[in-house]
Amino acid sequence: MLEIRNLHAVVEGEELKILKGVNLTVNKGEIHAIMGPNGSGKSTLSKVVSGHPEYEVTEGTILFDGKDITEMDADERAHLGLFLAFQYPVEVPGITNKTLLREAYNTIARANEREELDPLEFEDYLVSKLDIIDMKDEFLNRSINTGFSGGEKKKNEIFQMAVLNPRLSFLDETDSGLDIDALKVVSGGVNKISSPENAIVMITHYQRLLNYIKPDFVHVMMNGKIVKSGDISLAEELEANGYDHMQKELA
Amino acid sequence: MSEETKALESMIGEEYKYGFTTDVEYEDFPKGISENIIRELSSRKDEPEWMLEFRLKSYNAWLEMKEPEWFNATYTKPDFENLLYYSAPKNKPKLDSLDDVDPNIKETYDKLGIPLEEQKMLAGVAVDAIFDSVSIFTSFKEKLAEAGVIFCSISEAIKEHPDLVKKYIGSVIPARDNYYAALNSAVFSDGSFCYIPKNTVCPMELSTYFRINNMESGQFERTLIIAEEGASVSYLEGCTAPMYDENQLHAAVVELVAMDHADIKYSTIQNWYSGDENGKGGIYNFVTKRGICKGDHSKISWTQLETGSAVTLKYPSVILQGDHSIGEFYSVAVTTKKQQADTGTKMIHLGKNTRSTIISKGISAGDSNNSYRGEVKIGKKAIGSKNYSVCDSMLIGQTCGAHTFPYISSENASSSVEHEATTSRVGEEQIFYLMQRGISEQDAISMIINGFVKDVLKELPLEFAVEANKLLDIKLEGSVG
Ligand SMILES: Nc1ncnc2c1ncn2[C@@H]1O[C@H](COP(=O)(O)OP(=O)(O)OP(=O)(O)O)[C@@H](O)[C@H]1O
Ligand SMILES: [Mg+2]
Repeated sequence: MLEIRNLHAVVEGEELKILKGVNLTVNKGEIHAIMGPNGSGKSTLSKVVSGHPEYEVTEGTILFDGKDITEMDADERAHLGLFLAFQYPVEVPGITNKTLLREAYNTIARANEREELDPLEFEDYLVSKLDIIDMKDEFLNRSINTGFSGGEKKKNEIFQMAVLNPRLSFLDETDSGLDIDALKVVSGGVNKISSPENAIVMITHYQRLLNYIKPDFVHVMMNGKIVKSGDISLAEELEANGYDHMQKELA
Repeated sequence: MSEETKALESMIGEEYKYGFTTDVEYEDFPKGISENIIRELSSRKDEPEWMLEFRLKSYNAWLEMKEPEWFNATYTKPDFENLLYYSAPKNKPKLDSLDDVDPNIKETYDKLGIPLEEQKMLAGVAVDAIFDSVSIFTSFKEKLAEAGVIFCSISEAIKEHPDLVKKYIGSVIPARDNYYAALNSAVFSDGSFCYIPKNTVCPMELSTYFRINNMESGQFERTLIIAEEGASVSYLEGCTAPMYDENQLHAAVVELVAMDHADIKYSTIQNWYSGDENGKGGIYNFVTKRGICKGDHSKISWTQLETGSAVTLKYPSVILQGDHSIGEFYSVAVTTKKQQADTGTKMIHLGKNTRSTIISKGISAGDSNNSYRGEVKIGKKAIGSKNYSVCDSMLIGQTCGAHTFPYISSENASSSVEHEATTSRVGEEQIFYLMQRGISEQDAISMIINGFVKDVLKELPLEFAVEANKLLDIKLEGSVG
């Protein structure tokens, strides 16, 4: 489904490389986890894949269903079924969650020649998704993330994922900021959304999340590259020994 | 500059759609200002003696005054000797017959989306169409007259309803109030007059559509609205002008008077030509607007969507004289390119338990400069009064400016004044967030802007809310790429 080949990226107009040759293949039905020290480029990878204009790809390609999307606009990538749950969800005052989701849902439906939902149908559909992560319906009528607590913002990202039903989702540190109970609920929600038809890439610092959402693959990112891949035992190894140890081992 | 900022910048460069000129023959009138010019103007308009006196007194006051310089804008001062103070199409029709209107002018209003034929108009909206210095046509006059409402050009009112005009003109904004009000009082050429009698709800929206066509003429219109006890009216003005390289002066005066329990809602959609990217041309919009809540429990509400003009200096204000009276000011001011706007309001609380609300939203893009200037004054006798002000600025791009100048004074302890101000930037992160969800860049910007201004636009009469949204779209969104 997703194939990243030798991806290099810089901040638009600057020299400094952030991604330095990332390779990653994600097939449908798979769950991947990416771990790595602060500043290693995990968030940047998720943003470059979803088309953030702040970054420029200087080398390499991103293929989605075999199609080169390296230069595609972010909205078109979303139409293909790409979703990013942000590490720091943005506040957008004046637009309600509901308005955003209806616009987004219908725009994506249109792009894929699927049927759009009218406001009443959409309302029903939206409400049917609230249960997945135990979201209160009052959040639907609030401005996007505006005044939400840190944990509420993270939850809202997964709610949006549930509504838009993407084919490939990057979840950037969705677990950070969630309390213990919320982590269980949100993980449960992600597991419900996960299916043989879609794929998930989780970025996390903590093995704890992986106890709730079982990854098929774990990757370690350091200094703009994926330096090691394995199964869940890799996460356990990291938890026990830390990145320093791994770096030395690799060197 | 990132991609998004570039896209934003290109969007706000959208062409002005009302910039065409109408070919009409004008009556000859000499340029410049003098006592003789004013006499000539008054005599062409067939005015009574008292009106001429009012003009001459105002002119003499103006001569003694100085052009103001305290605002946050720079521009070349108008050359008053080189202006045309009266500019009327030659075959000016009798005001009641649409058949006599110059077909070119009729077509102009059609093109502007304001057809003058009653059957083609928005249902429930009466229009006074002002072309340069004169009122061309006022629709639905008869229907309004049945309700006792007078809606006509001010020139006609001076002749037909002299007692009312004489009593109220200059009563809210005396000629000496400021430089441009004095000039207007001396040379105003036309404008609208509305009178809503006691306990009457005006059966239709009233509106005036101003069009400056002649390149050399200044436009000095005068509007007077009187709502008697228990009366209510909603009034809207719209304005456009052709694109000329020269700056044109528009210096209007609008006076509103609300008696006991009367309610006046005055809305403006201002879209004068704003000049080109280099700041060449465009209208100087120096307008004095003020209402007085004379009676107890009266209410005056100003709503404005200001998108045009090269330079705007404008502070629609309310004097809250009656006890329990209410003043409101809802404003969206959009500046792009090299536009400069210094706009805001004054709420002067004199009566007991008076209330005022100010909601101002400024959007600045390009190299423009957008200032909010608001004064809230609570007098000694205005016991138990309250003001609530919100003043938000949104910046698009890096080279524009937004400024807020609140002046607050309260002379009694039982009153409260609340002022909130925020400044935000249309963030690239916000746009990316919406785009990641599948929304196009253009729609993302449109949603963000609409979200920002919706508290104000919802105050516009329903019939015009759509127009206002369209105008914002043209001004800020346009088409990407
Ligand atoms: N827009 C930018 N401008 C300048 N530097 C940037 C920008 N975006 C990312 N960087 C730099 O690139 C590096 C990678 O950042 P990124 O956010 O991808 O790290 P991360 O792996 O997600 O870290 P964390 O675990 O702390 O979230 C960091 O050093 C960061 O400072
Ligand atoms: Mg990160």
